[in-house]
Amino acid sequence: MSDFTNTATKRGFALPKIKGNAIVMGLYLLFLLLPIYWLLNMSLKNNSEILNSFTLWPQDLTFDNYITILTDPSWYMGYVNSMIYVVMNMVISLVVALPAAYAFSRYTFLGDKHLFFWLLTNRMAPPAVFALPFFQLYSSVGLFDTHIAVALAHALFNVPLAVWILEGFMRGVPKEIDETAYIDGYSFPRFFLRIFTPLVASGIGVTAFFLFMFSWVELLLSRTLTSVNAKPIAATMTRTVGAAGIDWGVLAAAGVLTIIPGALVIYFVRNYIAKGFALGRV
Amino acid sequence: MNKTVNQKAWFLILPVLLLVAFSAVIPLMTVVNYSVQDTFGQNKFFWAGLNWFKEMMASERMWDALGRQIAFSTIILAIEIPLGIFVALNMPKKGFWASTCLILMSLPLLIPWNVVGTIWQIFGRVDIGLLGYTLAAMGIDYNYTQDFYAAWATVIVMDVWHWTSLVALLAYAGLQSIPDAYYQAAKIDQASRWKVFRFIELPKIMGVLMIAILLRFMDSFMIYTEPFVVTGGGPGNSTTFLSIDLVKMALGQFDLGPAAAFSIMYYLVILLISYVFYTVMTNLDKRDGH
Repeated sequence: MSDFTNTATKRGFALPKIKGNAIVMGLYLLFLLLPIYWLLNMSLKNNSEILNSFTLWPQDLTFDNYITILTDPSWYMGYVNSMIYVVMNMVISLVVALPAAYAFSRYTFLGDKHLFFWLLTNRMAPPAVFALPFFQLYSSVGLFDTHIAVALAHALFNVPLAVWILEGFMRGVPKEIDETAYIDGYSFPRFFLRIFTPLVASGIGVTAFFLFMFSWVELLLSRTLTSVNAKPIAATMTRTVGAAGIDWGVLAAAGVLTIIPGALVIYFVRNYIAKGFALGRV
Repeated sequence: MNKTVNQKAWFLILPVLLLVAFSAVIPLMTVVNYSVQDTFGQNKFFWAGLNWFKEMMASERMWDALGRQIAFSTIILAIEIPLGIFVALNMPKKGFWASTCLILMSLPLLIPWNVVGTIWQIFGRVDIGLLGYTLAAMGIDYNYTQDFYAAWATVIVMDVWHWTSLVALLAYAGLQSIPDAYYQAAKIDQASRWKVFRFIELPKIMGVLMIAILLRFMDSFMIYTEPFVVTGGGPGNSTTFLSIDLVKMALGQFDLGPAAAFSIMYYLVILLISYVFYTVMTNLDKRDGH
C-alpha cells in the first residue's frame, strides 16, 4: 500500500492545485505500469533468481536474456519479419485508402453510404472466422509464408480503419480549397498530391500510427499464415516453452522488446493521439 | 458539409474495393461454401443444405460460448466505459503532465496481444508474479488455471488494463473540444460538479463515446489471443469465448462444416449489433451538425 500513497503524494506535491485528480491519475498509471514493470524486472533476472526467490527488483542484474535474443537469428528475425509486413501493410493501406477517403468526404454517389458501412463490416469481422479461408486462399496462390500474405490479410481490417480515420480528417478541410485549386488549373492528381495531401499530413500520420498498431499487435492471422520465413515475433515467443520448462527470463525480454517499437511510435504522435483515437471526429 | 453528386467518385473507391474483395469477399465465400457442404474426405464435397446451421443452432456448446461471450462483453463495457470517463475527467488538461499521461496510457494499447497475455500470465502466477504472490501472501486462494472465479477475474482485469485507456483517450479528446465559455456559464449558474458533467460534458462527449462503445464491443466480441494465452479457455471451458471455440473447431478439429456455419452466425451477430451502434452514432453525428 505504501507504494500507492507515495506516488500519489509525490504527484500531488508537484501539482498542488489539482491534488484529487493527481491521486486518481497516479493510481491509474500505477495500475497500468506495474505489470509492465514486472515484465521488465523479470527480463533482467536470470532464471534461478526468477524461480527461487521473490524479489521486487533484480538482485543480480543480467542482460543475458537480451543477448540471447539479439544474437540468435531465429529470435531477432522475428522482429525483422514483423517489421517488414507491418510496413508493407501501412503502405498498401494508405495508398488505397487515401483516394477512397477523399471520395467519401467530398462526393455523394450511388451506394456511398452502404459501401461505407460494408467497408466497416470488415473491421468487425472476427479474425477467427477468416483464419482458415485465408490459409487456403494464400496457399493456393502460393503466397503462404510470405510477408505480403500477412500484409494483405491485415489489410482486411486496416483498410476500412484507414478510410474511416482519413475521412474524418478530410472532412475538416474546407471544400473551397479544392474549388480554388481547380479554378487555378490544377489537375486532380496534381492537386491531390501537391496541395491536399500536405493539408491532411497530420491525419495521415495518425492513420499510419493506427495501421502500425493494429498490424503489430495482431497474432492469430499472422501466425496462421506463416511458418518459417515470415514468422512474426509474437509467434516466435511461443518457442520459449521447451523441454526444461519455460525460459521465463528470455520470454520476458522478448516481451519487453515488442513494447519498444510501440513506445517509440507513440512518442512521435503524442499530440494527435487523442484526436486520432476519436477517428478524426472531434 | 454539403457534398456534390459525382458518380465518377467510384473510380477513387475502386482500389479499395478490389483489395477488400480479394481479402474479404473471396474468403467469406469459402466459408459460405463450407457451411452448406459435407465431406467424406479426399476433397469430395456434397450438398448438405442447412444441416450444419441446424446442428449448430441445437448445439449446447455454441450457446454456452455465446453466453460467456455476452457476459464478458457486458462486464468489460460496464467497467471500462465509466472508468474511462472518470479517468478522462481527471487527466491534466495541458502541459508536460498531459503528454506524459497520454504516452503512458497509450502504452498498453501498443503491446502485441499475446504479450499482453504473457504479461498477465506471469503477473498472476502465485510463485513468480507480483499479483499472485501478493494475493497469496494475503491469504487469498487465487489460482487462475484452476479456479473459475479467479480465471474470470484475471481475464476481466486484464482487459480493463489493456483497453480502458482507449475509452479514456476518446473521452479526453471529446472533453478537450468543449469551449471554456460553457464552463464559465455553468459557474455563473452555480451548477454543481455533477450537473456540469450531466448537462455539459456528457452530451458533448456522447459522439466519441459511441465510437468507444462500438470499438470496445467489436473487439471484445472477437477476443481471442489474450484469454487464450492466459487461461487457454479453461479451467474446463469456463473462459472459452466464441473465437477460441471457433479456432478450436476449425483449425484444431478441422470440422469445416460446423465451423463455417458457426462463423457465419458469429459474424452476423456482430454485424447486427454493430449496425445498431453505427446507426445511433451517425444520427448523433447529424444532430451535432457535422
